[in-house]
Amino acid sequence: MSVLADIATVAPPAVKGRSLWDDARRRLLRNRAALASMIALGVLVALAAIGPFLVPFAYDQVNKADTWVPPLTHGHLLGTDALGRDLLARLLTGLRVSLAIGLVATTVSLVIGVAWGATAGYLGGKIDEAMMRFVDVLYSLPFIFFVILLMVTFGSNIVLIFVAIGAVEWLTMSRIVRGQTLTLKNKEFVEAALAAGLGRTAIIARHIVPNLLGPVVVYVTLTIPAVILAESFLSFLGLGVQPPMASLGTLVAGGASDMELAPWLLVFPSVVIVVTLMCFNFIGDGLRDAIDPKDR
Amino acid sequence: MLRYIGRRLLIAIPTLLLVITAAFFMMRAAPGSPFDGDRKLLPEIEANVLAKYGMNKPLGAQYVDYLVGVARGDLGPSLKYRDKSVSDILKENYPISLKLGLSAIVIAGIVGVSLGVMAALRQNQLTDNVVMAVAILGVCIPTFVTAPLLVLGIASKLGWLPTAGWNDGALPNMVLPVVVLALPQIAIISRLTRAGMIEVLHAGYIRTARAKGLPEHLIVGKHALRAAILPLVSYLGPACAGLITGSLVVERIFNLPGLGKFFVISALQRDYTVVMGMVIVYAALILLLNLAADLLYAALDPRVRLA
Repeated sequence: MSVLADIATVAPPAVKGRSLWDDARRRLLRNRAALASMIALGVLVALAAIGPFLVPFAYDQVNKADTWVPPLTHGHLLGTDALGRDLLARLLTGLRVSLAIGLVATTVSLVIGVAWGATAGYLGGKIDEAMMRFVDVLYSLPFIFFVILLMVTFGSNIVLIFVAIGAVEWLTMSRIVRGQTLTLKNKEFVEAALAAGLGRTAIIARHIVPNLLGPVVVYVTLTIPAVILAESFLSFLGLGVQPPMASLGTLVAGGASDMELAPWLLVFPSVVIVVTLMCFNFIGDGLRDAIDPKDR
Repeated sequence: MLRYIGRRLLIAIPTLLLVITAAFFMMRAAPGSPFDGDRKLLPEIEANVLAKYGMNKPLGAQYVDYLVGVARGDLGPSLKYRDKSVSDILKENYPISLKLGLSAIVIAGIVGVSLGVMAALRQNQLTDNVVMAVAILGVCIPTFVTAPLLVLGIASKLGWLPTAGWNDGALPNMVLPVVVLALPQIAIISRLTRAGMIEVLHAGYIRTARAKGLPEHLIVGKHALRAAILPLVSYLGPACAGLITGSLVVERIFNLPGLGKFFVISALQRDYTVVMGMVIVYAALILLLNLAADLLYAALDPRVRLA
């Protein structure tokens, strides 16, 4: 720490205490891998949001004259595929779709998992046992097969993919939340709220859930890549996003089948998916270290 | 101990029943039928075919029939592969998936634990950082990315190994699929082992062992490792499930005649009995693996009591 910084913290007349979150943020920003990942992820999100408008081709624009164009020719920065569609445009759209699926499905799993886990943990007793038993049973199901069955059964529309993956991912979340709730519910502030005459619902919503935030935030950043992976996996098997729509999974799958002819169709989407997943994992690890420094 | 195992197996039955029920009704809720061909069957013929498989009865009765069959160990005939029963298909193709999965998990276990221990013993040194960087990569690169890239590089361009095919499980054909399956597992296992090892090395009984003057290889190999791989044991159940789902992709890319390939095709073709058979086998496998993991856990950690 430099002298200047020391002076800066001492100089103000009233010394302000640092909250838990200030501490966590400082630790997170000191973690170089996490910081770099946050910047990279910011760039990726920006590209996914505005990128498709900057590329002069649409993701589904077929161009029979320019099929199998290698990168950096005929104005196609990353080349084209068998139908002459611009890979950059498709990659940006695919990134957008994958990120959206990751976000929405994670939100679904977050809502179900937190509600389920907090309720079970707070109510305790027989209800808790029954609710967690249910989670245990679901855990022992070969769930990816159920997702595949769902996709096959009801057709692969995008909303269903969101819901199906989210419904699979909530289990771990509910376990984490329940464990935290069990330790939280005996704290003094809950007792105080109870003494003040607050109802159960209000206590869960206003006192338990906000205090769960730490571990939940960490788990969310690790769920998003898991969801993106699950969607890509489904897309790879031909059960996810349907053509001409693209996701990172469909692009890798398409690239894999044409890799002898056009290796760039495999390499670029692979790099994007790996970088995306890596960013989320580094941020998740960084957050865990920042919020819970004893595990370092 | 035997009572515990018996009780766990009893609990497994309702779980399995739930799996069967969910899968059965989900499949049947799907539009389409296994007998939708390119040509529409004449109504009389279709009625005959349905009657042959007992599918003209109400759904509830079919469900009961199926359960009775399963209880007798009869998984029924395949609806698409006309001269094969579901058991035939399982017997023919399951050993291939099993061989792949087992090879991968054994290799991943040995390599992962060794890497994890090495990293923990040199915490925050170069070895540790390299191992952890590789582990992050291994977690982040999906199998459907590693598989085609390895095929492109090692098999197509260099021609060192065959690009695809099973060839009766010949070693050169096994190498790439097993490596692809093992890589992410190696990554996770080495991370878990490292974390467990670092925690254990600070424990009191390790200090005692040091104070007694035990040689380092005994401290690490005998006392520390046993406790350090506990988290690993509870991970192994889901890990095998991961290998199973991973093998869906790997079997498709390497064109291997394992079960994974059948699952998607059969589900798409509405081959109800084959899909059900596979769901049952996988669910039973996961339940058994979880039980095995719990037993192993108790064997390794004397503080754990099975009740």
